[in-house]
Amino acid sequence: MVAQLTQFERRLALIIAGLMALCGLVLAAFGHRDPIGVHGLIILAAAIGTMFVVISGSFADVPDDSHLGRYYDDPIKVGVVLAMGWAVFAMAVGDWVAWLLAYPEMTFDAAWSGFGRLRPMHTTGIIFGFGGNALIATSFHVMQRTSRARMPDQLSPWFVLLGYNLFCILAVTGYPMGITQSKEYAEPEWYADIWLVIVWVVYLALYLRTLARRQEPHIYVANWYYLAFILVVAVLHIVNNLAMPIALASAKSFPIFAGVQDAMTQWWYGHNAVAFFLTAGFLGMMYYYLPTRSGRPIFSYRLSIISFWGITFFYMWAGSHHLHYTALPHWVQTLGMTFSAMLLVPSWASAGNALLTLNGAWHKVRDDATLRFMMVAAVFYGLSTFEGSFMAIRPVNSLSHYTDWTVAHVHAGALGWVALITFGAIYALVPILWKRQGMYSSALVEVHFWLALAGTLVYVFAMWNSGLVQGLMWRTYSASGTLAYSFVESLVAMHPYYIARAVGGLLFLSGAVVGCINIWMTARHAPGTAQDAVRDRPLVILASRSLEPGE
Amino acid sequence: MFGFHYRLERHSIALAVAIILVASVGGAVEIAPLFTIDETVEHAPDMRLYTPLELAGREVYIREGCYACHSQMIRTLRDEVERYGPYSLAAESQYDHPMLWGSKRTGPDLARIGGKYSDEWHFAHLFNPREVVPESVMPAYRWLSRNELSTDDLGRYLAALRKVGVPYSDDMVAHAADDAHGQATPDSARARGVAGRYGEPTNIRAFDGDPGRLTEMDAVIAYLQILGQLTKAAYGSAPDAGE
Ligand code: HEC
Ligand code: HEM
Ligand code: HEM
Repeated sequence: MVAQLTQFERRLALIIAGLMALCGLVLAAFGHRDPIGVHGLIILAAAIGTMFVVISGSFADVPDDSHLGRYYDDPIKVGVVLAMGWAVFAMAVGDWVAWLLAYPEMTFDAAWSGFGRLRPMHTTGIIFGFGGNALIATSFHVMQRTSRARMPDQLSPWFVLLGYNLFCILAVTGYPMGITQSKEYAEPEWYADIWLVIVWVVYLALYLRTLARRQEPHIYVANWYYLAFILVVAVLHIVNNLAMPIALASAKSFPIFAGVQDAMTQWWYGHNAVAFFLTAGFLGMMYYYLPTRSGRPIFSYRLSIISFWGITFFYMWAGSHHLHYTALPHWVQTLGMTFSAMLLVPSWASAGNALLTLNGAWHKVRDDATLRFMMVAAVFYGLSTFEGSFMAIRPVNSLSHYTDWTVAHVHAGALGWVALITFGAIYALVPILWKRQGMYSSALVEVHFWLALAGTLVYVFAMWNSGLVQGLMWRTYSASGTLAYSFVESLVAMHPYYIARAVGGLLFLSGAVVGCINIWMTARHAPGTAQDAVRDRPLVILASRSLEPGE
Repeated sequence: MFGFHYRLERHSIALAVAIILVASVGGAVEIAPLFTIDETVEHAPDMRLYTPLELAGREVYIREGCYACHSQMIRTLRDEVERYGPYSLAAESQYDHPMLWGSKRTGPDLARIGGKYSDEWHFAHLFNPREVVPESVMPAYRWLSRNELSTDDLGRYLAALRKVGVPYSDDMVAHAADDAHGQATPDSARARGVAGRYGEPTNIRAFDGDPGRLTEMDAVIAYLQILGQLTKAAYGSAPDAGE
């Protein structure tokens, strides 16, 4: 890890870690009566750990120039491992939360383990821990390969990856201590938010600097999506997290917006976190790994242009569909509904583009579970965007809002689309990174595929059912014109579905565990390959090499 | 159009700028006017502010993630109005930093829970929901009655809220911690200060049944009992619903 860093980068790494240690120390000292003090200690420990690794690695020789002729893949390997680790952790918490809704006593008589503190642990851990690490790792891979250029330096990818994980840890350790802003998907408090902005700026700079070194005149489609993901998430994150801390040594802050303005800002953020985190980034993944794995070029370049700009433009209008029939002014609701319906066009254009790319490679889909992961993901993407556009219609939303139907939609997208495309991409990526002929066991990939698919279907069907039943019971009138069911009656009706959902989640989780084992065995034991090592190189050095005498 | 794009995708900075511009339109059109158009938030002259104790209860509500199961937004639909009371107005959450409208009803809406049950009911329910409602899946919050409420930061809470636009007076900020104690200790000198600053109708009682101790349970119940009661604006328009 440190051996690959130049002398200058090693020093810079020490300085950065030193500054962080100082920040951690200050927070720990001044905030010792506040939960922020614990976070100060965590930052301090992370910084000291980094310093230790850097110093002990500094005795290694400085790398010679030959490494410039290779892509820089070490941070990608770590990113993949981190993504899988977060996946298992956050899904386990998700399943615990799922069981709690069936058996509320399955927890401790302690504040940290309450439903309301565990649930954001699940959502943050899975979206930001699993999804974010997968996006960062694959984007490092895709941007180098499609640019045929090595990353410009060795330090910033580590800073981005590890700094980002520090943010995730601050978030997930905050909830059990009661640190939260309560804004869904933006729960971490002000200091963690500021840290994420710093990490994100370095990420954007790294991406643009790599693109600037590219040897291809055109920027490949996948990069447009990754760029949109980085840029728009930055804007959303900053605006939605504007807050007034009560003191610099306290974790607590108050968002600057209130009431209806806060609601609109929050769901403008919330919906576009879906759009640019859970959709755009993963579409970038799909646009690279699906064609490379299937050996087919993207079906239509023009369709990619239309869907890219359609998604970038339309999504940002759609947030108000989370606030139908509320105190939000009517005209904003109508705009949100209209744009959500139009959003179906670019969404299906993307899904269709992916599936049509597979024309001529369907026999591979049949034989190769990795490719099948991506194919099924594209189908679920099409399905959940259709469902979303449908739920955004006001009368439909009057039934679905507040119910488990939303949870069904979320997980059709999250399990079916986000997680499946990620597993597909990771199975395609791991052999390349560790220079193996293939995964350790393709049978285990197959097992993972069926567990994941079964888990998704059980989860989603259980929640569709419970959501519909719930929504209908709440609005059913008896013959005498009064409401037919009490709230508690609807609660009792949910019980069997909640058990089914938790079982489905368990299937999905065990699939992810199988995946972890397979990846570990691939890295450790699978037979190596030298074949791709020659082709899988940046263009720069190949070009300059050809000038060397005697070649 | 495709020719233009063919050139655009050769310049990373131009592409980045284009993405930002295209993505900014929707938010700008939908959010900016909400701050300027008068009709966004109704006029509610009788609106009162959260007392420090209620605010502390609100913070416990946020900390425990009650919002993950409970909404505080009654929609303009007949069945919701009949089940929960008059639909929510924007004015009712105009001082809510952040709003707690919620997105999931695992439990019932709480926008108008204030006054629906007694303090004792809330205490028993929060202590062990299944004691009161056997089928409930709500977590038990026993530690709320064990935890002493920390009032040290309440003054800073009010000061920070004032900076973002909630009209707390200097007097309120200065007496925040005292007022929190006073509101849960009826017939004390400090209790009279609360009524003076926040108005006579303010609930002043030992919410957890024990005037000797100020617990987080006091705070949460004080908060729950004021939900939907800060202004009567919503009840005027639909007098027949609710109650
Ligand atoms: C796991 C989801 C969940 C969480 C978290 C939760 N509740 Fe509940 N709550 C419920 C359910 C389900 C009911 C309906 C059954 C019952 O009355 O217990 C309910 C009912 C209530 C009621 C009675 C509402 C009525 O109209 O009868 C109140 C008040 C309440 N909860 C307050 C709270 C508070 C305060 C918190 C946080 C400290 C909280 N709840 C956290 C699920 C939850
Ligand atoms: C093992 C698999 C999983 C299980 C068992 C699980 C379980 C749950 C449960 C029980 C909830 C709370 C629902 C409620 O409050 O009623 C939830 C919410 C959520 N989960 Fe999962 N989950 C899983 C995987 C995932 C994945 C892979 C993602 C994303 C990539 C995800 C994203 C979310 C989101 C965004 C929410 C919040 C939904 C909302 O607020 O409407 N989950 N999950
Ligand atoms: C065309 C695309 C889509 C549209 C129009 C859309 C629309 C919607 C609608 C109407 C809701 C319900 C809001 C409510 O009633 O509270 C919703 C919720 C949600 N959707 Fe989608 N959706 C789309 C695609 C996706 C995808 C691909 C994902 C990927 C995971 C996703 C994730 C979510 C999440 C996490 C929520 C829950 C938010 C919350 O309440 O916490 N959506 N969406």
